[in-house]
Amino acid sequence: MRLAILVFPGSNCDRDMMVAIEKITGRRPSLVWHKESNLDPIDLAIIPGGFSFGDYLRCGALAARSPIINAVLDHAARGGAVMGICNGFQILLETGLLPGVLVQNAGLKYVCRDITMEVCETVVSPFTKNLEAGARLTMPIAHNDGNYFAGEEELARLNDNGQVAFRYADGPAHGLANPNGSALDIAGIISTNGRVMGMMPHPERAISPELGSSDGATLLKGCLEALAS
Amino acid sequence: MNEPEMTFENAASMGLSENEWKLILKRLARTPNLCELGIFSAMWSEHCSYKSSKKWLKTLPVDGPQVIVGPGENAGAVDIGDGLAAIFKIESHNHPSYIEPYQGAATGVGGILRDVFTMGARPVALMNALRFGAADHNKTRHLLSGVISGIGGYGNCIGIPTVGGEVNFDNSYDGNILVNAMAVGLANSHRIFRSAATGPGNPVIYVGAKTGRDGIHGATMASTEFSDETELKRPTVQVGDPFTGKLLMEACLELMASDSVLSIQDMGAAGLTSSSVEMASKGGLGIEIDLDLVPAREEGMSAYELMLSESQERMLIVLKPDAIKTAREIFDKWELDFMPVGQVTKTGRLVLLKDGDTVCDIPLGPLVEDAPEYDRPQAEFVPYPVIESSAITSDAPISSVLLRLLETVDLASRRWIYEQFDSQVMGDTLQGPGGNAGLIRVHGSQRGLAMSTDCTPRYVEVDPRNGGAQAVAEAYRNICSVGARPLAITNNLNFGNPEKPEIMTQLAQSVVGMGEAALALDTPVVSGNVSLYNETDGRAIRPCPVVGMVGVIDDIKTAVGMAPTASGQILLVIGQDEDCNDGWLGASLYARHLAGEPQAAPPPVTLAAERKTGEFLQSQIRAGNIIAAHDVSDGGLAVAIAEMCMAAGLGATIASPDNGNAHGWAFGEDQGRYVIATDDAKAVTSAAKAANVDICQLGVISATDELKFDDNDAISVLKLKFCAEATMPALMNG
Repeated sequence: MRLAILVFPGSNCDRDMMVAIEKITGRRPSLVWHKESNLDPIDLAIIPGGFSFGDYLRCGALAARSPIINAVLDHAARGGAVMGICNGFQILLETGLLPGVLVQNAGLKYVCRDITMEVCETVVSPFTKNLEAGARLTMPIAHNDGNYFAGEEELARLNDNGQVAFRYADGPAHGLANPNGSALDIAGIISTNGRVMGMMPHPERAISPELGSSDGATLLKGCLEALAS
Repeated sequence: MNEPEMTFENAASMGLSENEWKLILKRLARTPNLCELGIFSAMWSEHCSYKSSKKWLKTLPVDGPQVIVGPGENAGAVDIGDGLAAIFKIESHNHPSYIEPYQGAATGVGGILRDVFTMGARPVALMNALRFGAADHNKTRHLLSGVISGIGGYGNCIGIPTVGGEVNFDNSYDGNILVNAMAVGLANSHRIFRSAATGPGNPVIYVGAKTGRDGIHGATMASTEFSDETELKRPTVQVGDPFTGKLLMEACLELMASDSVLSIQDMGAAGLTSSSVEMASKGGLGIEIDLDLVPAREEGMSAYELMLSESQERMLIVLKPDAIKTAREIFDKWELDFMPVGQVTKTGRLVLLKDGDTVCDIPLGPLVEDAPEYDRPQAEFVPYPVIESSAITSDAPISSVLLRLLETVDLASRRWIYEQFDSQVMGDTLQGPGGNAGLIRVHGSQRGLAMSTDCTPRYVEVDPRNGGAQAVAEAYRNICSVGARPLAITNNLNFGNPEKPEIMTQLAQSVVGMGEAALALDTPVVSGNVSLYNETDGRAIRPCPVVGMVGVIDDIKTAVGMAPTASGQILLVIGQDEDCNDGWLGASLYARHLAGEPQAAPPPVTLAAERKTGEFLQSQIRAGNIIAAHDVSDGGLAVAIAEMCMAAGLGATIASPDNGNAHGWAFGEDQGRYVIATDDAKAVTSAAKAANVDICQLGVISATDELKFDDNDAISVLKLKFCAEATMPALMNG
């Protein structure tokens, strides 16, 4: 399994993702600085959370113009797998690898708390292959702009094509199931070919019971195993 | 440059007294120019010189085997084992946050983070201690929402979790809120960086953001009272950029790992002035800076403006001479300014050049050593009477009073606040906001760091010495409650105008009490900050000497939370004897909300008992006998029990005493107590008896939703939780 975690100025979940992947695979993935223009052959590119370029202009907009993104686009064009978490999801939307936008939370405030999300029936995808449809996973969110929005036709297409990977759902955590007003309760989506996935919740923060949940490890492990097989 | 000769009027406008002006003339043996006068006024401001508090700060205990770096550096450092040091400090940003809540609070967080990473530590946690005006005051919502989003705006973006804090509301803060931020970092004990300049001839490097015209004379503003004209001071508030802060943090930590840095100092209050003066004077050397080389954000900035700007995200570094190339590459990578601006000298003088002229040439001795130190007069403290419970209690059911108290803004859930803070980034948060103390794992190890910020201003106001001790004791209890061993404290002394004798009494006596407690509990003071002149139109705040405490837990597997886990578990109170049937209601929240807050003596703190009880609890948690623990504080026993039940989503059946004063027993705020839940009450009780620690059984956790004090006195835990959760959203959204 060859992985690369991209690092932009202002990324701040890069180490957390590295630690999570190392805990699951026993191997430390490489970190790739945004100014690199090439990616070595890899099985998965991960764009971690944070505030790339300080969220200036628009969340993810500047990072999506970094040199490394061309390499990510080439990788994706060859059918390579790409995962974006939180700010990474915002960046993927700005690159056009995934459709739609993430606007400010409906509550107009940053929100950090545990949420529950349901795994959806999707197109064949390494990101959902080893998860059972209907299963509920608990993990944290931490964002100001996680309110997924797209035109009605686009939303219908995502829904009908099985591109909605995760939806916010009722669970034990305090507060509304949908924490940010996302259309169709969307927490994460995948590309038509199933190879690119973006999600707002943070699986890398839910990798052991003392951190509150291991469901993030389940998600990441399932994905890595699907890519390895 | 043609500049009018400075007079006392100029000095007075910068906050200097006539005596201080005369002292400057005498020491310089000439009249200072504008830039020099600005430098004197900043260095001699209360904020930088501690001139009113120094006499009392010197009495605090600062030593101990755990102390690696005590007060005087950018932050304090304590040994936590495994060759690691916890580096921490708390700092206020009160005045700026009132004027411009978002930026004031954000730059408060940015500033305290710089203090910690300047020492070579990677920041791992943030805490805060906040005071706002009355909930129904017309500015409270605006100030609270701005401050909370400002704290989150900086901490969330830079990627350091905010793991706890405290908030109070009181009308004494209507015109002068308090925003204190604490940062905790981790460093190798042998790789701690200090600020004293070394080696004449060594290059002095400016790094980080450019210097602009923001925050000029902020330190002086922080040293005066507020009035109706405060709004005009908006331009003196600094503007933060957490993105640059993140880049600066990463660049500095990378540079420090490269063995290039001799000394380093962040530019906080009084910017380039205090950083250059402190580095040179601590090293017993001089410093020369060419101001034309300072990266400026705006054109035509004067020497005065460059020296007194408080633009954020800047550092001054003395580098090894052969390390400039390596260092420059690191800052180029992070796209930050890197500019050699001067050198260390052996003259003992601060020399500034601009446009080819010497615009400042003053000896550092007078600036630092001759900074005034005052022994300001105190008013005599007259103790308030002790009130009997029966003088203020009624026979209402405990459960109905409990509900009323939990709905007040003093006790309501802080979820509306802390959900705006990223409490989990860095992936090591074991207990975030809402617990007894914040608890994080020391990355990659089994150790944990616990931290808490505490102060009870209503206690301090009626008995400053006891109140100062109580702040330490409450923080101590919070650390013990998670199973950690308290190590050391940082303090943030927030008071009114020290030139008023009654305020000086509050300051001096609470420092005395804090010192006594720090000594008795073996938690020396390793860093701190003083914020005086917290007054608006002559009205002082309730005194607020905040304590930030850090403790260590050797094995995080032994840590406990405050939620019992199953019905049948026994609730006991440690630190209270079996015959207790009343309690101390003077200065309590009960007295505040149900009896019109009569001026009365607060509950006394007994330090020897605090330590004995705290160490007993730690040992019982380590032994695995405790399932959940919670210290008893605001609102007394009933509130502590209710908070545990709400955390668990379980009820409890409590045996309240059938004689005595029920409200005194339920809501009294007697100190030094913890409620614990256990499966093995027998073991805990006999261990307590053996250790000569008071203990008393309270009741049992039940499978129902009912918190029951008596057959006719019960309430739904869900209802309590619903009401406690509703208060803050209603206040902020209503």
